[in-house]
Amino acid sequence: MTPSEPIIDVRELTKAFGNNIAVNRLSLRVRPGEIYGFLGPNGSGKTTFIRMLCGLLRPDSGEGTCLGYDLFKEAERIRLQSGYLAQRFSLYEDLSVRENLRFMARIYRLPTVKETVDETMERLGLGRFADQLAGTLSGGWKQRLALAACLLHKPRLLLLDEPTAGVDPKARRDFWDQIYHLTAEGVTALISTHYMDEAERCHRVAYLAYGHLLTSGTAAEVIRGAGLFTWTVTGENVHRLSDELKGRDGVLQVVPFGHTLHVSGRDPDLLAAALSGLDPTRFRCEEGEAGLEDVFISLMQNPGGD
Amino acid sequence: MEWSRVFSFRRFGAIVAKEFVQMRRDRVTFAIMVAIPIVQMVVFGYAINSDPKHLPTAVVSADHSPFSRTLVAAMQNSGYFRVVNAAATETEAAMLLEEGEVQFVLNIPEDFGRRLVRGDRPALLLTADATDPAATSNALGASRLLVEAALARDLSGPLAHLRSSPPPVSLILHPSYNPEGITQYNIVPGLMGVVLTMTLVIITGLAITRERERGTMENLLATPVKPFEVMMGKIIPYILVGYLQMGLIILAGRYLFKVPMIGHLGLLLLVSLLFIAANLGVGLTFSTLARNQLQAVQMAFFFFLPSILLSGFMFPFRGMPVWAQTIGEVLPLTHFLRIVRGILLKGNGLRQILPNLWPIALFLLVALTIGLTRYRRTLD
Ligand SMILES: Nc1ncnc2c1ncn2[C@@H]1O[C@H](COP(=O)(O)OP(=O)(O)O)[C@@H](O)[C@H]1O
Ligand SMILES: [Mg+2]
Repeated sequence: MTPSEPIIDVRELTKAFGNNIAVNRLSLRVRPGEIYGFLGPNGSGKTTFIRMLCGLLRPDSGEGTCLGYDLFKEAERIRLQSGYLAQRFSLYEDLSVRENLRFMARIYRLPTVKETVDETMERLGLGRFADQLAGTLSGGWKQRLALAACLLHKPRLLLLDEPTAGVDPKARRDFWDQIYHLTAEGVTALISTHYMDEAERCHRVAYLAYGHLLTSGTAAEVIRGAGLFTWTVTGENVHRLSDELKGRDGVLQVVPFGHTLHVSGRDPDLLAAALSGLDPTRFRCEEGEAGLEDVFISLMQNPGGD
Repeated sequence: MEWSRVFSFRRFGAIVAKEFVQMRRDRVTFAIMVAIPIVQMVVFGYAINSDPKHLPTAVVSADHSPFSRTLVAAMQNSGYFRVVNAAATETEAAMLLEEGEVQFVLNIPEDFGRRLVRGDRPALLLTADATDPAATSNALGASRLLVEAALARDLSGPLAHLRSSPPPVSLILHPSYNPEGITQYNIVPGLMGVVLTMTLVIITGLAITRERERGTMENLLATPVKPFEVMMGKIIPYILVGYLQMGLIILAGRYLFKVPMIGHLGLLLLVSLLFIAANLGVGLTFSTLARNQLQAVQMAFFFFLPSILLSGFMFPFRGMPVWAQTIGEVLPLTHFLRIVRGILLKGNGLRQILPNLWPIALFLLVALTIGLTRYRRTLD
């Protein structure tokens, strides 16, 4: 495997549960050292996809490699070199932090269990909770423990399924710091998330809906590819305008952001015309740039594109 | 191929260590596992220990000699029998026995007194409702001596020669409803098998379903650990629990209930390993089949029921219909009961118990095979 070869390379991967196609012919490449963001509403197939990568689910069809190993034939090897953090906390709540880590270190047959566990606890600041039961940790610390558990065996690929869901902002920031450190060391990370700010921290993102990959690439690529023009409207009671604007020609979507509205459309002239009728003494309109969130929302509302 | 790709002692050891820690933390479950044998011993212990007295008795007498009156009085005085109907007819007595109104019926034949005096050794028939053998066995045991002692007093003077052996009457004991006539000592050894079956199948039945329900299976499956390592790692700690339970029952049986133990205890402990493992294997198999913990418990219960009913613990094995015996022969408890009783009560050695050993081994093998093939390597 050469350094430029993709870490994850899957083609047409499909998984169905009965009639429900959870992942539909998904093709994706993740390059070494990348932080790859995986977005999409609940039930869009993110977890299912990640589980297929680490051998927890068997794809119905498609092909692909992970870390250069065949997804279907070499799941064992993929397991040894990747770290999976499940969406739901899946370590033992009735074991202490140290016991959980020691257990995992032994499962991976690490040569120096004690040293590795101590080192990892140190690195993630878990030392002071070493003898506390995992079940009594707060959400943020639980996730940190879960991350520690999948770092023990120094994996080359991290598969993190909503690692920051339900975690406070400070803990989220710390978590991302850790991820940056790791990728600086050459680790690749695939992270599913609901947070837009996190999406913007990723080198690349993919957006999934109903099992389909709707778009992927760097944030700039995704935004450019969407062909979306966005204006921001500010002013007193600006939210009241929302319904009115939605009805106008050239307006595709209106998204409230705090005290402003993001009004987007595909035709810049039509959009400008639609906004020109607003009372300039009460509302201020500025031509802006579409953000990832505007793009994702438009993808959700018009999954087929136009 | 690298050996560790098939089995690794370190991974296996990690599972064992983890299970021990979890067991230690789960005090309630552990307490229940220790309490069950104790509670069962106490509950069944009443049945074993109690020496039921004043059991209702009906007398069907066709004889009016003083000898029959002496007999009936002596039975009353022994404390075992309480004559509730001293002059029943055949049919009345049969009905009383059937309905459970009386535990015994004493039949005194016509001309009993006259034939006794003649030295004819007339027959007395004592019929017992022996559905609950523990209730009647003492009374039955006492009856022979009782009859002889009672008559001895009357047979004095010229009749004294009748007192010598053979005894002056022939007492026919007829324990109806319970052909095998289980004795009280059967229960304690049997209890050992019952308690092990009950607790071990449930406890391991929960073992894997719990990992599934708590979501920890997801983590476990994403690691290189092998199904066999998980299964074995979960069995080992509970084997020790099984031995702890056995120890409790043996101690209680010996010192509380004075059950004679003439066989080799070491042999018993050794062969029990197989039985314990068989039960754990069943439990693990259930837990790979069950979707949740409730289902696992239900499955364990459905296994426990035939075990307790058809193994010969509850009802004498030879008294069961052929189909029930056939099912019984498959169950490990059936064979274990025979082994325990054989070793403890009859002093059996390895050679005598061998025919009951291999069916348990076979059962274990089948259970583990099903469990391993059903253990899903994925979450599908
Ligand atoms: N084990 C399963 N059995 C049946 N259906 C499932 C299973 N796991 C996921 N699904 C279904 O597959 C779809 C995708 O789910 P999931 O991958 O969990 O989405 P996400 O992680 O993006 O929220 C959903 O419709 C979900 O109901
Ligand atoms: Mg999910």
